[in-house]
Amino acid sequence: MLAVEGLVKRFGGFRAVNNVSFRVEQGEILGLIGPNGSGKSTIFNMLSGTLSPTSGSILFDGREIAGLAPHRIINSGIGRTFQIPRPFHRLSIFDNVSLAGFYGQGRHSRAKAEEAAERALAMVGLPTDRHASVEGLGAAGLKKLELAKAIATGPKLLLADESLGGLDEHEMDQAADMLRRIRDELGITIIWVEHIMGVLMRVVDRVMVLDHGEKIAEGLPADVAGDRRVIEVYLGTDADASLAAAAAAQARRRIGA
Amino acid sequence: MNRQLAGWIIALIVLVAVPFVHRDPYHLHILVLILIWSFAYTSWSIMGRFGLVSLGHGGFMGIGAYVTALLWNHLGITPWIGIPLSMATAGVLALIVAYPCFRFRITGHYFVLVTLALSGIVLQVITATRDYTGGSLGYTPQRAPSGKGLIALQFDDKTTWYLIALTVWVVGLAVWRAIDRSMSRHAMEAISEDEDAAAAAGVNVTAEKLKITLISALMTALAGALYCQYQMFISPDTVSGIAVSLQMVFAAIVGGVYVALGPTVGAIITILLAEVLRISFGTKAVGWDNLVYGVLLVLFIIFLPKGILGSVIDLVKSPRKPPRGHEQQTVPIARR
Repeated sequence: MLAVEGLVKRFGGFRAVNNVSFRVEQGEILGLIGPNGSGKSTIFNMLSGTLSPTSGSILFDGREIAGLAPHRIINSGIGRTFQIPRPFHRLSIFDNVSLAGFYGQGRHSRAKAEEAAERALAMVGLPTDRHASVEGLGAAGLKKLELAKAIATGPKLLLADESLGGLDEHEMDQAADMLRRIRDELGITIIWVEHIMGVLMRVVDRVMVLDHGEKIAEGLPADVAGDRRVIEVYLGTDADASLAAAAAAQARRRIGA
Repeated sequence: MNRQLAGWIIALIVLVAVPFVHRDPYHLHILVLILIWSFAYTSWSIMGRFGLVSLGHGGFMGIGAYVTALLWNHLGITPWIGIPLSMATAGVLALIVAYPCFRFRITGHYFVLVTLALSGIVLQVITATRDYTGGSLGYTPQRAPSGKGLIALQFDDKTTWYLIALTVWVVGLAVWRAIDRSMSRHAMEAISEDEDAAAAAGVNVTAEKLKITLISALMTALAGALYCQYQMFISPDTVSGIAVSLQMVFAAIVGGVYVALGPTVGAIITILLAEVLRISFGTKAVGWDNLVYGVLLVLFIIFLPKGILGSVIDLVKSPRKPPRGHEQQTVPIARR
């Protein structure tokens, strides 16, 4: 569904992303992890059109989308969330989402947009009341709103920039479950960016690890978590906990299958 | 909602009836001026309310007035064609200036500066081509021979002008309202807060901003052309340049840019203020109104950013609003 080839982004002399290639298959959840500044958000910004790649190709459903304007990429079926939620404070919660429903799906009809908004809000568990204000939302609520906006644009591929910092453990689990439900119930393929490894490893099908703008590992969560290079550059002291989580997840999956 | 509609219809009937009941030409003259300027201020607020503060609207107004008059005097083109042409000219100029601004993300103060330059340039062009435009001495459309008043869009009768100005003003309010109720308003609110986030919601940021700017510029040019046809005399100071642009910003902000009738309230206040100063102090007070505008503008931006009408509406409406109950409900729902 998505094929990225030789993606490079240079800011002056600094290579934020250096020759990264990967593929995403229909229906999977790909985890994208790496320490702060490893290039995760830069890749997201290029996939969603906020930044133009210096070089490289991004094929989405067989069409080249590298360098297209953001609204054209959104309209072609990619939705995104921002790491720090960026709600529109002057609009109600509902209007935030119906705006995305209207413009994200080619401006067909207002009624359709409102329907899409209601479905998206129900999916993430926010009130569908037309006048509820954004000001009443806490950190978790704002993240849900961010997701609802992205879902309302009707994406085939969702780029979820979910730094779960600022949420407690329970909320993190909820957020992870929600992503899985979005994939299972709406059939949306997901790339999930995260820098905390534990929660992510339980949900994703595959993981890709970045460091200093380069891909250093890719594969099943358990394999990647056991990779020596990954442990060295990224996991550090967290390695044991993550390994255990990944092993547990794989065991569960085997039982499920 | 139906009561609101009934209110509008009654108000409109009363407004239409005014010139047939009250025939004082001076009062009618003031009313026509208020209506034309209200329309101009409403046009400004169509983009101004979304944080697109333009000081270039004096330029659009000047183009509306001068292009219409020049076409009539030099080529004999009737204002019925001249006005659309002048609007088109203003529209093209608006796109030429606005497109690079929006494409390359010139926003906030920098956008204001670019538009300020636009005003200045139009003013310079009018003064520099004084052989055609009369320069700073002003310009007068040629009187049409009697019987040809309709073709020339020249009427001696104040009642006719009052009805024309009233119609245009109502159309201006209708456009304001149509935009207010459209998805474009949501998109523009979103853009004014965060352009990247708006783009991520699928909004074509540049196109939406251009659309609003174009509508605003076309309407402002129409206001300039009407002013010219009514007054039969235009000068760079009265329909163009930075002073006129500032006057628009001032009136719209004082009245309130977030409500439909705000710019109209602004026009009533500014025009009455100028008239009162003129009548009570005569020539001794020339330019005083600008001083008062300046002081009031500072006070309003600090203490009443929603303008007079906006603040009054808030005051009247707030007791009926439930005390943020829905928000209190939202918090637990969102935390779940």
